[in-house]
Amino acid sequence: MSKTSKSKVETPLVSRLNGSRRSFIKYGGATLAASGLLISGCEHLEQILPDKGKGKPEGHPRPVNLGRGDTGILNYAYALEQLEAAFYIEVVNMPYDGISDEEMVIMEDLRKHEVAHRDFLKAALGDKAIISLTFDFSTVDFSNRQSVLSTAKTFEDLGVAAYNGAGRLFESADLLLIAGKIVSVEGRHAAAIRSVLDEDPRSFAGSDVIDGDGLDRAFKPGKVLEAASPFILNKINANQLPKS
Amino acid sequence: MQINYQNLKTEEAIMNIFKLLKNYDVKPEGMENFISRRDAFEKLVGLGKKAAFAAIPLSLAGVAANNKASAQSATTEDLADVLNFALTLEYLEAEFYTMGLDTNGLIPSGKDHSIIELIKFHEAHHVDLLKIVIDSLGATPVSKPHFDFTAGGAFNPFGDYQQFLALAQAFEDTGVRAYKGQAGNLISNGDLLTAALQIHSVEARHASEVRRLRGLKGWILQDQRGEGMPAQTQAVYNGEDNLVQGGVDVTTVSLVGADGVTESFDEPLNKHEVLTIAGLFIV
Repeated sequence: MSKTSKSKVETPLVSRLNGSRRSFIKYGGATLAASGLLISGCEHLEQILPDKGKGKPEGHPRPVNLGRGDTGILNYAYALEQLEAAFYIEVVNMPYDGISDEEMVIMEDLRKHEVAHRDFLKAALGDKAIISLTFDFSTVDFSNRQSVLSTAKTFEDLGVAAYNGAGRLFESADLLLIAGKIVSVEGRHAAAIRSVLDEDPRSFAGSDVIDGDGLDRAFKPGKVLEAASPFILNKINANQLPKS
Repeated sequence: MQINYQNLKTEEAIMNIFKLLKNYDVKPEGMENFISRRDAFEKLVGLGKKAAFAAIPLSLAGVAANNKASAQSATTEDLADVLNFALTLEYLEAEFYTMGLDTNGLIPSGKDHSIIELIKFHEAHHVDLLKIVIDSLGATPVSKPHFDFTAGGAFNPFGDYQQFLALAQAFEDTGVRAYKGQAGNLISNGDLLTAALQIHSVEARHASEVRRLRGLKGWILQDQRGEGMPAQTQAVYNGEDNLVQGGVDVTTVSLVGADGVTESFDEPLNKHEVLTIAGLFIV
């Protein structure tokens, strides 16, 4: 069932994108065009399964160019959502020792939300979506509560800072709004993770992330990608992203 | 594992979102990493000039239609209106928490008190910050309205802690939706937009924490206001059951189900909708 229906769905999508929207794509590099066009849209099944690249990946995953303009920013978001989704898929597959019922529900919910964000962005980007990235979570001890929740906290706070910093880079107000719809959910996640992990009841919006004016963090893509890079094996080229 | 992809009718939906996507040439330059508030507000010094320039005749503004440059035609007044709207909400929140904290015996000491105190601290700083920014635009910050948090006797938030928390949840979830709804109106000014987004995610953190304090999840399922929320707060949650983002019904491209999709995307409210909600508490 999945085989036939997959091709039914993906074929017209890819062919249409190769045709009428082709002129839309102005990347100079043929390599990038090839990686974007030929690979995307064929990985639904793999994407809901645990990432095969976790732990010790084989070979060198292909480098990725996020692209330019609003497409580039969406790809940037897509990369981060892929990272989060892959992480929570792993957490839920292999819950840490002594996970509470409440924590399990949170992990399952976060997996759901990040997968929804990932799948939506992939669909929105169509043939301009970057490939599925390969992740390395070898620094995370998935059996250890502290290790898992600390990583979750890092990812959620980083996601918030990333979307906050990326908002100004959008040309389209409609896409800005969609990013806004996602970032507040990331903020809700960050608060929940912090409140189960940290003893200080003020951690949900702690002074490590909220400044003296009551503002959350806003990071430019370079800083975010640097922070995420230990977990992403693909080399990510963000040079074409809008700068301001 | 058998997965049914038959219902993936994304083609048309994706066409819609492509209409939103544009490619622009950008000159590569050194990428700064951190957008600090200081940077943002230093730039605001130059805003007066930019805003004056932006107040060009409508006909001329129309030439640059449909790109960011045309959005520069947002006047100082337009920007100040958005910020004054935000200020009104921040006044409401700050006053609400201040009154709660000033009511002896209302908020349990310990965890609850620490949480409410921190939220109040943030809201008070949002008020201060917005006033400064509105001033810097050469506009006048609106003055604080007179609030009646009983909404004419419907609620008793300072006599009943559960009602206090219920209204706190309503205000925070409204705040998230309100800022989201205004983001597009600030797109012409990256610094103001960024600051607004930095407030927006703090409101989301607050909302999550207050909801969890009330025994709910931190995120909004469908358009449910959640257990124990007064029916009058339903307007805060109407429309949160949306499944379509950028023309894509997300349930057709993801397997997380409708409930999961509604939790994954928070929806905006427009100014009118927000003021209708806030208006219940403004005398």
